[in-house]
Amino acid sequence: MTALTGDDRLLCVRDLGLDYGNGRGVRDVNFDLWPGEVLGIVGESGSGKTTLLKLLGGQLAPQSGSIRYRMADGTMIDLNTMSEARRRHLGRTELAFVHQNPRDGLRLAVTAGGNVGERLMANGARHYGRIRAAALDWLERVEIETGRIDDRPTTFSGGMQQRLQIARNLVSGPRLVLMDEPTGGLDVSVQARLLDLLRGLVADLGLTVVIVTHDLGVARLLAHRLMVMQGGRVIESGLTDQVLDDPREPYTQLLVSSVLAA
Amino acid sequence: MYVAVKGGEKAIDAAHEWLAEERRGNPEVPELSVGQIAEQLGLAVDRVMAEASLYDRELASLALKQAQGDVIEAVFLLRAYRTTLPRFGASLSVDTGAMHIDRRISATFKDLPGGQVLGPTYDYTHRLLDFTLAAEGKAPAAPTAVPRDETMPRVLDLLADEGLMEREEAPADESGPVPDLTREPLTYPAGRALRLQGLARGDEGFLLSLGYSTQRGYGRNHPFAGEIRQGTVSVEVEVPELGFAIDIGDVMLTECQSVNQFKGDAVRPAQFTRGYGLVFGRGERKAMAMALVDRALRAEELGEAVQGPAQDEEFVLSHTDNVEASGFVQHLKLPHYVDFQAELQLVRSLRAARVAKKEAAE
Amino acid sequence: MSGVEGYNFAYLDEQTKRMIRRALLKAVAVPGYQVPFASREMPLPYGWGTGGIQVTAAVLGADDTLKVIDQGADDTTNAVSIRRFFAKTAGVATTTRTAEATVIQTRHRIPEQPLTEGQILVYQVPTPEPLRWLEPREAETRVLHALGDYGVMQVELYEDIAIHGKIKRAYDYPVEVAQRYMTSPSPIPKFDNPKLSNSPALQLFGAGREKRIYAIPPHTPVRSLDFEDYPFDVDHPGQPCALCGDRASYLDEIVTDDKGSRMFVCSDTDHCAERRGEIPQ
Repeated sequence: MTALTGDDRLLCVRDLGLDYGNGRGVRDVNFDLWPGEVLGIVGESGSGKTTLLKLLGGQLAPQSGSIRYRMADGTMIDLNTMSEARRRHLGRTELAFVHQNPRDGLRLAVTAGGNVGERLMANGARHYGRIRAAALDWLERVEIETGRIDDRPTTFSGGMQQRLQIARNLVSGPRLVLMDEPTGGLDVSVQARLLDLLRGLVADLGLTVVIVTHDLGVARLLAHRLMVMQGGRVIESGLTDQVLDDPREPYTQLLVSSVLAA
Repeated sequence: MYVAVKGGEKAIDAAHEWLAEERRGNPEVPELSVGQIAEQLGLAVDRVMAEASLYDRELASLALKQAQGDVIEAVFLLRAYRTTLPRFGASLSVDTGAMHIDRRISATFKDLPGGQVLGPTYDYTHRLLDFTLAAEGKAPAAPTAVPRDETMPRVLDLLADEGLMEREEAPADESGPVPDLTREPLTYPAGRALRLQGLARGDEGFLLSLGYSTQRGYGRNHPFAGEIRQGTVSVEVEVPELGFAIDIGDVMLTECQSVNQFKGDAVRPAQFTRGYGLVFGRGERKAMAMALVDRALRAEELGEAVQGPAQDEEFVLSHTDNVEASGFVQHLKLPHYVDFQAELQLVRSLRAARVAKKEAAE
Repeated sequence: MSGVEGYNFAYLDEQTKRMIRRALLKAVAVPGYQVPFASREMPLPYGWGTGGIQVTAAVLGADDTLKVIDQGADDTTNAVSIRRFFAKTAGVATTTRTAEATVIQTRHRIPEQPLTEGQILVYQVPTPEPLRWLEPREAETRVLHALGDYGVMQVELYEDIAIHGKIKRAYDYPVEVAQRYMTSPSPIPKFDNPKLSNSPALQLFGAGREKRIYAIPPHTPVRSLDFEDYPFDVDHPGQPCALCGDRASYLDEIVTDDKGSRMFVCSDTDHCAERRGEIPQ
């Protein structure tokens, strides 16, 4: 990891808040993210972790606070106040969002190759052969048989769909990847394989990731740092091992012990 | 041998002459007069006026005669005429509270100020063919009565007075221009005023099916027929030179207001909401269907899940116009041989490519 | 005033024509952009050329010469009907000769004879939105156009090549106008697409039912979408016209008996007649 100075932060979140009106939402969220870091967000369902991810991904608009992002050219911009045009452009180049349910992140009527190639084409790629080569390369990387390139994702298993969604997102070389429970809804053995794959990709590509999970095993394997959320607030954060092995907050202790008991 | 496709002009003329002959039918049977249509096929005339957005019984009757009773064709004729008319201005909002009532019923209260007035309705007729009509028997004169000298407040206003029914919000600026979807392109989201306009001239069959679909679970909204009233209202226009409104005539209208449940949310307490239907003439079925669809289209505004086609504004408004739908469906009979030729070539080349691929593989 | 009693020149009232001309000016200023306009109800059915008729009515002057074609031919029933409509309501001169016409209203074809400066080609458009089959919502397609977010169409073309080995669009083949807006050329065969680009004539598109007008001004570059390694190309049956012998024109296929016999003849009847030395009239 590079030196953690304030100057090269990729993401800088301050006083972020969204109140759904029923006591739910997130409030007073502050954190920084440096390039190459994997930040895990853990907590029970309803703790606000998916809401936070959606705020970061622009699917929800915050009522307060700021999300500042460092563009490739070094300038900081607020994701929240930028124009729709710029946000959509970022969304198909520098930002990636991996949904829990791959069906939300794939085009089901389009072949695997078309799914992987879409971001390239949206960014102006006009050479069929090169788009196809990139798609084949990415299918291989996520361990999908290249012979399936012209098949539709509806014919894929849940694990394959999730790997396809990951390939579709990573093909454009995003600078920030947001993942919402990427291993949720999969069988345990399939989960293990996907986790293995993700760990490899994160290490090989030096991805910067914010990953939401309720599974502390996933958090321990992938995340460098953790934020623990409860009732919409971040109640504890730190290095993963430190938070999981020596939790400070009673809530975190409860969370960790229930995992150990499981 | 190939004969050039000539003679289009002659064929069209001959087709039109044949049509005119068909329209007249057997000349030994007396010809129908426009007045007979206006007087004796009144509900068909009402529907044509409503869907053409033009209140003119005589022209609507003429359109029906010219269209051989084909209602959509008659609507089309009347609209094509209407579009050439200059628009002088907008009337003041008609006051259906001051309607000269022929019929007024409420399904939500047994009795109410002004009472239930059945009026001329098919509701309780037994649907048995009446052969005395075929024998041109004389209709018995209906009994008459002195109208009840009572005001007939709108049922939903009674509920609103108690705070149980939402108040209709008047537009912020009532003097502002009335949107007119026959003069401005419809863009989405359209908003309720334009939506109601679209529904009021929409196809009765389409609205009926959509309204029905909400009752069968595709966007259920728990309706009661709060009130249906039918009768004449006067239309007033403000003439700038005069500085006051003048009455330019009466129109027959049917209004339906539905009473629908609303659970309430963080800001609003539980109360009743309304769906609104208003059409020219005695179009009761249409007014009721319109009220159901209007309420269904308010789903988003009221924070309800949008699950049925009747709740989808763009879907409903872009498909409710029967003149548009009829034209586009029927345009398929226009020649498409240029495009079909292109498709033929494509399919042939795809098939040839497959054969070549197979042969190369063998 | 001319033509039918009680109606204005070319049917539409002057106020409506002004409204349409304003939309046309905007369309010419922003090539390929779909301008919403308050389409009027016409005495011809929707889907039968109401958009084209309104545009023609708005640009037609008393000394114009009008040609109307459908499927390339002047004598198909719908072309006859529209030509008569203007002959009756505007009293303008009509012609079947491409070269003599100042305004040409068309459905599904561009004439074979190259158009010239000062001519106006008016297209009848059923579905102006090229993205409609990929995204049914108008509210969303307008955003996609505003942002130039056209990846979804390129994916569609990719899919064709992946599955069928070539782009499987024979007509209404999407184009990019002046390096900006993705535009539907109306259902002309893709054979005609190259004629859209850098034409000296003004090309106007009217969609009555969908209430949209758009334009390709003279000398505007128009690119048919494709891939660098799968460039746009046109299909041709590979035979000459059986009547005039032209090998380069677009051909209709005529079934001549029930035993599979076919003949191919020019779809552009004026072009064919001229080549055969039978100048009509």
